[in-house]
Amino acid sequence: MTPRKRVAIRNQSAEANLFARRTFIAFLGVVVLIIILFSNIYELEINAYDKYQTRSNSNRIKLLPVAPNRGLIYDRNGVLLAENKPVYSIEVIPEQAKNIDDAILKVSELLSISKEKQQKFFRALKSKRRFKPIELKSRLSDQQVALFSVNQHKFPGFFIEARLKRYYPFAELTTHSLGYVARINPKDAIKLEERGNSDNYAATRNMGKLGLEKYYEDILHGTIGHQEVEINTQGRIIRTLDFTPPIPGKDLTLTLDIELQMIAKRALSGKRGAVVAIDPRDGGILAMYSNPSYDGNLFVHGISSKKYKKILNSKDLPLINRAVQGYPPASTIKPLLALTGLEENIITPDTRIMDPGFYQLPGIKTKRRDWKRSGHGWVNLNKSLEQSCNIYYYDLAYKLGITRISRMMEKFGFGDYTGIDIHEESRAIMPSVEWKRARYNQPWYTGETLSIGIGQSFWTVTPLQLGQAISILVNKGQIKIPHFLKTTTELVTKSAGNDHPEETDNIINNKQPEYSKVTQVIYENKPPIILKQNKNWDLVLDALHNTAQKPSATAYTAFRGSRYDVAGKTGSAQTANIKQNEKYDASKTVESKRDNAMFIAFAPYENPEIIVAVAIENVAKGGGGANAGPVARQIMDQYFGKRVVISQDKSKHPHHTNIYGKK
Amino acid sequence: MRSSGQDQQKIHSIWYRLHIDLPLLAGLLCLMTLGIFVVYSAGGQELNIVIKHTTRAGFALGVMFAIAQIPPLTYRKWAVPLFVIGLLLLISVLLFGHVGKGAKRWLDIGFTNIQPSEIMKLIVPIMIAWYVSEYNLPAKLNTIIVAFILVLIPTLLIAKQPDLGTSLLIASSGIFVIFLAGASWKLIATCTGLASAFVPVLWFFLMKDYQKQRVLTFLNPEQDPLGSGYQIIQSKIAIGSGGLSGKGWLQGTQSQLEFLPERHTDFIFAVFSEEFGLIGVSALLLVYLFIVMRGLWIAVNAQHAFTKLLAGSLTLTFFIYVFVNIGMVSGILPVVGVPLPLVSYGGTSMVTLMAGFGILMAISTHRRFHV
Repeated sequence: MTPRKRVAIRNQSAEANLFARRTFIAFLGVVVLIIILFSNIYELEINAYDKYQTRSNSNRIKLLPVAPNRGLIYDRNGVLLAENKPVYSIEVIPEQAKNIDDAILKVSELLSISKEKQQKFFRALKSKRRFKPIELKSRLSDQQVALFSVNQHKFPGFFIEARLKRYYPFAELTTHSLGYVARINPKDAIKLEERGNSDNYAATRNMGKLGLEKYYEDILHGTIGHQEVEINTQGRIIRTLDFTPPIPGKDLTLTLDIELQMIAKRALSGKRGAVVAIDPRDGGILAMYSNPSYDGNLFVHGISSKKYKKILNSKDLPLINRAVQGYPPASTIKPLLALTGLEENIITPDTRIMDPGFYQLPGIKTKRRDWKRSGHGWVNLNKSLEQSCNIYYYDLAYKLGITRISRMMEKFGFGDYTGIDIHEESRAIMPSVEWKRARYNQPWYTGETLSIGIGQSFWTVTPLQLGQAISILVNKGQIKIPHFLKTTTELVTKSAGNDHPEETDNIINNKQPEYSKVTQVIYENKPPIILKQNKNWDLVLDALHNTAQKPSATAYTAFRGSRYDVAGKTGSAQTANIKQNEKYDASKTVESKRDNAMFIAFAPYENPEIIVAVAIENVAKGGGGANAGPVARQIMDQYFGKRVVISQDKSKHPHHTNIYGKK
Repeated sequence: MRSSGQDQQKIHSIWYRLHIDLPLLAGLLCLMTLGIFVVYSAGGQELNIVIKHTTRAGFALGVMFAIAQIPPLTYRKWAVPLFVIGLLLLISVLLFGHVGKGAKRWLDIGFTNIQPSEIMKLIVPIMIAWYVSEYNLPAKLNTIIVAFILVLIPTLLIAKQPDLGTSLLIASSGIFVIFLAGASWKLIATCTGLASAFVPVLWFFLMKDYQKQRVLTFLNPEQDPLGSGYQIIQSKIAIGSGGLSGKGWLQGTQSQLEFLPERHTDFIFAVFSEEFGLIGVSALLLVYLFIVMRGLWIAVNAQHAFTKLLAGSLTLTFFIYVFVNIGMVSGILPVVGVPLPLVSYGGTSMVTLMAGFGILMAISTHRRFHV
């Protein structure tokens, strides 16, 4: 550290030169480093500008999804069946609240909010950002909303938030057809992802899970909107840059008539069963009710597992839509078998069969009994339907054979989906030789063919299929696919005409004029059933007419005194095997093994407007006519109201006197 | 012509008597004014930050002016005592210093806190310039070895605080003196080789984990974009999105929306680039280049080896500040805590820098002193 004295005489100019050289070299170094800095900045700001510009924007600009309003659902007369109702919750923005602990206590006291809710709030308070709202209580009552609103000025940072929730004002009356929406679960999310729909659902909480809500999910949902906001690094919204409003889902107007639906519910009360009413002119479903039902609103808010278990485990199975579940059709399909017999030239209208009260296959001892122990005597086509004679149809079925029957019945849609616009539909079972081989790996037995003749054995049909088959019958082969949806309505922006281009800007900047555009839904029809002899349609229809009009016939009682001209057929299906020589007595049979009652009817006879199919399970006493008939009657009474629709003179009807001589 | 030349001479002489180097002052004022505007933008447009910053700038100017009045040869006389005091202060920092941001840098001396490492930025070049200028130039090997040791002691003490940025600057201030004193190129090559060999030692034995992390982050910032790489990525986004002409003053979204950490201190260059673009950056670099040129001009024209070496070292160290700061903010150097000289918010470094410029001005204006 102690420097020695200078040892040599300094050469000032040489030192200055050396220093100047070194300084110059250092300066060159400085220039080189500045060039390095500059070229790096040039690279960032000029060459990579686009990349960093994008990243800068994606830093600061967030697209906040805005959920579209779900389309509403109306019945055919414009009655609202599914609406979006505001649900209120109270929320708090912590940084705006003063003395938050105290304020929460006071608000909780005011609105009687439980301790658990408060604790949940304080837990959330710790983990959430101070400028993001935290929910204190959801689903406030109107009274709570009013109470808080009056006192709101005392609680800065507390506010009421309204969200739209699906609401079904008719509750269980419409659940089986409308279905319901519920929270999107991870499974749904995966499905949405697969369909490339995730983005559109970014802000959506609920989606259709059942019925029409599910089937028309895409139409009802609408298109997501976006709020483009500038945010800072904490995610606080600084300002809104742009707003793309969501496009609400389309409103649906159904063919359903809520008043018929109410009647159906009333008529089925205390029974397990279903009613389907179809307009045969277009296939529109006028009513579809399955009893018992349940309230779809429960699922919108997320049903508690206790409540769900109660519904799920109810022995009446309210979750099942019985209108689209299979039942043995029993005698209700006799008219179609008769049509098959006519078409296959097995019978003519005049072919007579002797009914001694039982039927035996050649060489087999087993006797199949008619429902009337003494038998019906000589029976022709008309009488076979009027009296629902089993022996006639055992014989017919035997002569037709299973293959011809199932082939024809498949044409009428049995054993297949009708194509109605809900997903819950069952195909039910139209048995055939092939079906039995595939299902049971067993050959078809002739005895089974006989049972098929009276709509029993393996054969099941849904009330909807039954209604659809009758619709095909009354339309003489024309097939109208049954459906709920009549029209869709959407708000369309009126595009400003070219006449005033200068006004266009104004319109776009301000509010765009909108109008409702109603679109009629057009259903493609299936190819019709063509018979070799067209008059066969009339023969069967006429016999059905008689079945409801002749006082001695099975479907007469149910419609006695109606002011519209009705045709129909009863049916009673055994659900348990009744042994040889054993007599069925409903009162001595356990409830679940009692007969099912079936009924089909249409009116007016001349130009049918409504077809009703009814199925009631395990009736206490009587058959289809006594149990299911009155249900159909009530529906039709409601449908026709005060209208009087009676053919000019029943006795003048061509077949009445000719075929049925012994009037 | 003649009379105007005389007037200029007169004006020059007024500044000369005030010991102010006018071109240098112009460059410095340019930077400081710019700094006030950028700090306003980067500091969230808060007026009290700007007022604080401006006050410090004024104080720093005062310090510069005061130091400019001291004849530079005074430092030569006081070099050794100053150096010894400086080392004692550094040692006491390590023993009794405050902890701030995980490092001991501050020393409480009763009425205020001081940062001895800042003072050493001036004392080390004074010490080394004095020591080397005691001998004929070019400096001999043994002179250089002793000079190296003199540089190494404060450098290691500061690196231990730990303050990598400052120890780096202090080391370079000493090394610049040795370079300017004419160390042979053979020696320079050897030292460079040794320094490279020293890197593994540094990495495994001397560097703290957070320092190693900084280097790793520098090598690949995208590896941990939300963690340690966040700062450098956001900084590059800020610079890159500035483009040619920038987003405009107060319009930089990266800084205004707080995506950029330390935006009004060490990373203020990113804010400047975002808002003023390549054009602004070019102008800024030119101002820095001008100041460096003026500083070197003063060094070359100084009359004594001591003042030459001191002026050259101070100027080049100033440039190293600029290079390290801009280099780290734009992602070509690892992040070490070095502010952008005279622009970043923060009083200490500004006062030290302006004191250094005060010495430069003294060297430029106190010409008639005796060897």
